[in-house]
Amino acid sequence: MAREFKPKVVTANALLEGDVIYQTASGWTRDLSQAEVLTDEADADLRLIDASQQTDLVVGAYLADVDASGATPKPTHFREDFRARGPSNYAHGKQEALSNV
Amino acid sequence: MYNYTDFDSAFIKERNAQFRAQVERRIDGALTEDEFKPLRLMNGLYLQLHAYMLRVAIPYGTLNSRQMHVLADIADNWDKGYGHFTTRQNIQYNWPELRDVPDMLDALAEVQMHAIQTSGNTIRNVTADHFAGAAADEIADPRPVAELIRQWSTDHPEFQFLPRKFKVAVTGSPNDRAVTRAHDIGLRMIERDGLAGFEVIVGGGLGRTPMIGKVLKDFLPREDLLPYLEAIVSVYNLLGRRDNKYKARIKITVHENGLDDFKARVEERYALIRPQFSGVDQQMLAAIEADFALPTFRKEAVRDYHDARQHYPAFRSWADTNLAEHREPDYAIVTISLKAHGATPGDATSGQMRLMADLAKRYGHDELRISHEQNVILPHVHKNDLPSVYSALRAAGLGTANVGLISDIIACPGMDYCALATARSIPIAQEIATRFDELKLEHDVGPLKIKISGCINACGHHHVGHIGILGLDRAGVENYQITLGGDGTQDASIGERAGPGFSAEEIIPAVERLVMAYLDLRSEPAETFLQTYRRLGLAPFKAALYPEAQANAA
Repeated sequence: MAREFKPKVVTANALLEGDVIYQTASGWTRDLSQAEVLTDEADADLRLIDASQQTDLVVGAYLADVDASGATPKPTHFREDFRARGPSNYAHGKQEALSNV
Repeated sequence: MYNYTDFDSAFIKERNAQFRAQVERRIDGALTEDEFKPLRLMNGLYLQLHAYMLRVAIPYGTLNSRQMHVLADIADNWDKGYGHFTTRQNIQYNWPELRDVPDMLDALAEVQMHAIQTSGNTIRNVTADHFAGAAADEIADPRPVAELIRQWSTDHPEFQFLPRKFKVAVTGSPNDRAVTRAHDIGLRMIERDGLAGFEVIVGGGLGRTPMIGKVLKDFLPREDLLPYLEAIVSVYNLLGRRDNKYKARIKITVHENGLDDFKARVEERYALIRPQFSGVDQQMLAAIEADFALPTFRKEAVRDYHDARQHYPAFRSWADTNLAEHREPDYAIVTISLKAHGATPGDATSGQMRLMADLAKRYGHDELRISHEQNVILPHVHKNDLPSVYSALRAAGLGTANVGLISDIIACPGMDYCALATARSIPIAQEIATRFDELKLEHDVGPLKIKISGCINACGHHHVGHIGILGLDRAGVENYQITLGGDGTQDASIGERAGPGFSAEEIIPAVERLVMAYLDLRSEPAETFLQTYRRLGLAPFKAALYPEAQANAA
């Protein structure tokens, strides 16, 4: 039996700012909750190829597992959780941007 | 301090101009990331978890007040107002944007600094004893030699693509504060029959295969240093493994081929290249040494220091932990702790950097040092100025009296910043420091080095911590392994793994149990944690760490 495909998002770092970004249906977002959730393996592979070709915008694109059971995707691994939020010693990174909203 | 020659300045300027053009070509699409990555790494620019990171070399940990001011300005202008001092005597900026990096490098060049060879498979920033030129126990100042090695290794055409990175450390003191036995090459300045020379240690290193360096040459005459180093790196360059990144460091080369075989190859190579060194290097070394002439020390009877010790307990406590013996009896070496309880080890705000720079200028013969233990040092302070220095430091949150104690923790950036990390280090360091501050025990516990790495690469030197902590990812959860009995000094040893790891919640109580066990076990208050460990071995500490296993066995 084929291995179950876990939902994924395409994520990378932005070339200019270096920060964490996620692929949407039409471009990129800095907010995981806005990311496009990929539930089909073949589709996910194609989306990753598409992302990897955008070398003028992104660096190091890869597929990251997400929990898609809620209204918005959530990280399943602590590393992705930190990437989506920022470091724990200062309110820098994405948590800083969120507190400025 | 060493001053750039016109050649140095022109070289840095040209490198910065090249890198500026490379960044532009990356942004306009002429360079792919695969093409750009080795170029940015050669200039100290990493891409980490949340942002780019620029690693700036502080050669042998020495800088002046003007340089420290510029480091502060860079933090304000292009980062988030702080910098992180590392275990390799570098400073890292965690938040630069790609377009700004060429400007940051130009600002550094204005004060004779750069980020060259702070990454990549090259000879990295040469490190040295942070008390160099000041310590009472020193044979000679290691920094002129470190500077000579820097000049020799920078852009050395043969050594730009080594099998793996290559780290050299130098100490001029028999009390090794530079961890020379855990470097690819460690140099200990020694004297034999009135002649100055080096003990050459090779193949030390931490990481996934920790090894204590082996003595390759027990006495190398001083003037033979560069050809001998060139012979070692040259042999490694050819013999070192390029098929497996994890077996590519010189420690594996020496281990797999054996010290005798490696030594024979080095000697053969040395015989071949020695005649090419005509002595120009020794002329250059003499010129460099003139740059490191001792400051003119003030002659003044020590008075205010003793008064302050008598009347201010907080000052006395700080003086007891944060001062080291200077070569001049009226002077002291001040270690400024960047380990305030609960703060991030090694971080300094731009305001703190400026204050330290100003104190160095006013009271410290304009010199600062960065230690591999992530603290800042004022190497030359007259004892009468210590009360003023202390009160200024204290007002800026820099007066923590904990150097060498349990809260003076080395911690790598870990998964809060680093893309390679498998777990976080910083919060563990923060929590241990906070906990022992609450217990008010650390002065009673005495000298105890805790070192934390967030992955097996061991940037946090956990293998040589008296208590080492290694953060791992165990089935998607942060897990922390403890090693005990490590030591980074002249009696270097690799810590022994204590047993199964602990969760992030369990690790702080586990460390507390260890320390409480030590307090019970020590033969007298003067017996340090490491001495007790060496006397009794792992068993009683293991029993304290794993009380349940003990109960089950009973």
